Amino acid sequence: MVKRTGAQILVESLLKENVEVVFGLPGGQVLPVFDAIYESELNFILVRHEQAASHMADGYARSTGRPGVFIVTSGPGATNIVTGLCNAYMDSVPLVGISGQVATSVIGQDAFQEADITGITRPVTKHNFLVKNVSDLAKTLKEAFYIATTGRPGPVLVDIPIDVQRASCEFAYPNKVDIRSYKPNYNGHPVQIKKAAEAINKSERPVLYIGAGTIVSNAENEIFEISKKASIPVTNTLLAIGAYPLDTSLSLGMLGMHGTFYANKAMQVADVIIAVGARFDDRCTGKVCEFAKKAKKIHIDIDPTAISKIVDADIPVVGDAKTVLKEMIAFIDSKDRKDWLNIIDAWKTEHPLWYNRNDDKLHPQYVVEKISELTKGEAIVVTEVGQHQMWAAQYYRAKNSRLFLSSGGLGTMGFGYPAGIGAKFGNPDKEVIVVAGDGSFQMNMQEMAVAVLNDINVKVVILNNQYLGNVRQWQEMFYSKRYSHTCLAKRKRCQKWCNSPKRDTCPVYVPDFLKWAQSYGASGIRVTEKKDVESALKEMLKTKNSVVLDVWIEMEENVLPMIPAGASLDSIIMRMNG
Amino acid sequence: MRHTISVLVENKFGVLARISTLFAARGFNIDSLAVGETEDPAISRMTIVVKGDDCILEQVTKQLNKLVDVIKVNEFNDIEYVERGNCLVKVSLSRSNRNEIMHMVEIFRSKIIDISQNFVIVEVTGSEDKISAFIRKVMPYGIKEMCRTGVIALGRGHNIIKVSK
Repeated sequence: MVKRTGAQILVESLLKENVEVVFGLPGGQVLPVFDAIYESELNFILVRHEQAASHMADGYARSTGRPGVFIVTSGPGATNIVTGLCNAYMDSVPLVGISGQVATSVIGQDAFQEADITGITRPVTKHNFLVKNVSDLAKTLKEAFYIATTGRPGPVLVDIPIDVQRASCEFAYPNKVDIRSYKPNYNGHPVQIKKAAEAINKSERPVLYIGAGTIVSNAENEIFEISKKASIPVTNTLLAIGAYPLDTSLSLGMLGMHGTFYANKAMQVADVIIAVGARFDDRCTGKVCEFAKKAKKIHIDIDPTAISKIVDADIPVVGDAKTVLKEMIAFIDSKDRKDWLNIIDAWKTEHPLWYNRNDDKLHPQYVVEKISELTKGEAIVVTEVGQHQMWAAQYYRAKNSRLFLSSGGLGTMGFGYPAGIGAKFGNPDKEVIVVAGDGSFQMNMQEMAVAVLNDINVKVVILNNQYLGNVRQWQEMFYSKRYSHTCLAKRKRCQKWCNSPKRDTCPVYVPDFLKWAQSYGASGIRVTEKKDVESALKEMLKTKNSVVLDVWIEMEENVLPMIPAGASLDSIIMRMNG
Repeated sequence: MRHTISVLVENKFGVLARISTLFAARGFNIDSLAVGETEDPAISRMTIVVKGDDCILEQVTKQLNKLVDVIKVNEFNDIEYVERGNCLVKVSLSRSNRNEIMHMVEIFRSKIIDISQNFVIVEVTGSEDKISAFIRKVMPYGIKEMCRTGVIALGRGHNIIKVSK
């Protein structure tokens, strides 16, 4: 057998795993690895901030279903990826992160750029490893990819001290993995599956509540089949947008805090809820003791800890969504459930998603609707976090799974732009549009260098309201309009308290996103009036380069409907002022 | 309710930290914890005592199982079992209390393992309750120092918790 250094083993192992692209940034304690990359075929993308590397890997993974990979150095390089790991952990995204570490002989001595990164990341990774011996490296990497991508996926970090990168040993990449303490269960229990089907057959008002797990297990077709066969309306979580087609009458759209009236109402009056790969997040359930009190809950999930964690499951089924649903279909009766669907149709007519389409104001919802129309819902839309994220979720009609990427569980501002770049690396033929807020975008906009230098054609539509808009909305609704530190244009000379912003009298906004884009060699377009939105979007889509479209939207537009945090789904607010 | 849980884990560095992090992060309280190697040196056994209702126990068990280094989790309350803890108690000794302490040691079937001019160290073994009772009894004589282990437990007879091959 051939001898290889740890660094070479890492690079060759990544190639054996068919890793298309690796994001990262070098540093002192990971130099041997970068030396090995120098002459390798590994497609390495140099970022400007390590956090962005972890989000790029995340965007790549969400959009392709393959694990995202990044390499960073020890200490600050490693601590910068903690947010990215936590973000991926909350949303079950498969990542394999590699960090350099100080030499084993000085670990624990507070050496230069030393951080106990396995200790720091233990609660935010599915698993992590500190490799102390080069002979363990290949096996550890194989296990890392296996753990990240199987069962409920998640991020895995492999920390490699510099002496292990330098040391050499014989190398053969293992073909198989066998971890006796890790055996995810894919097949649902047949008795439970039958019980679930019986409960569905007996129900008059069932609802399918589908989450990201549906997409992870590619169970979209099975969901569609069951819903059609038994006439079951379907609501999706934020992370399952696109998993069920919006243009069928059975679709309820998104549920939860900013979900549709009819999705939330359906949950509250349902007699059976079939949760598939969803985890009853508080943004979906509202006040738990008031949540879907009449419904028997069937919960299908590959992660046993998700079951009965928040809402007691009456019929738990532990297993892979696709495998379980495939078996279940045979036991499910064909039914038309006319009465139930009529009730839902009436709700849809009475309380559709609404914004004022008739005035001349530049409403953000209009911008998203136009994006949806012009791209036919076939573009990958990636969002940052905030109001724009919710408008995108409400109005972008994604045709398929993996076309709407968003930070759900952690709600990470700064996720969207790097994730969009990562998605483009995985889908060079698809249009990638980042819908951003002016606040979020500033958290990782330095990555435009990566987009421009690598000919990564990612479009950014900034729904610019000069505010940290989501927080401002809460201040307006729940803190008597006391806009404490949410205005992004506020200068030293401004009065202390201000809750009446006006574009023409407010200080000039910085940065000028157009000049900023131009300084990277990208294009910038600004739109301040509704009538110009469509033509600007068309121009943006025509451009074969990075574009920033800065749209000056209504500054105090709110995301509605809204269920206040901790309130019951029944206390949904449809309009402001009544 | 009190639950005694046996956790078989890979005998690797960092595993104890993973388990204590899990308990801390999820807001579960550990009453006692004992760790040691098993007959197979690659496997350690942790005996964890937690208090909580069935929902808490179910989450604790599932979360423990989810950790990659955890091989097997069992709760003892489902099966017949014996459990023991150990405690060393240093008590002030005087002419007046000497006989009473000796008597207490006898009643609790504990042992004197060190004796000096003014102090005695008593080793008491048994269930948590028995140890607590002993401590209460000798408290009035003045406990100078004490240290107490977590509970360890084994199922009775054919109730054997093992890693299946």
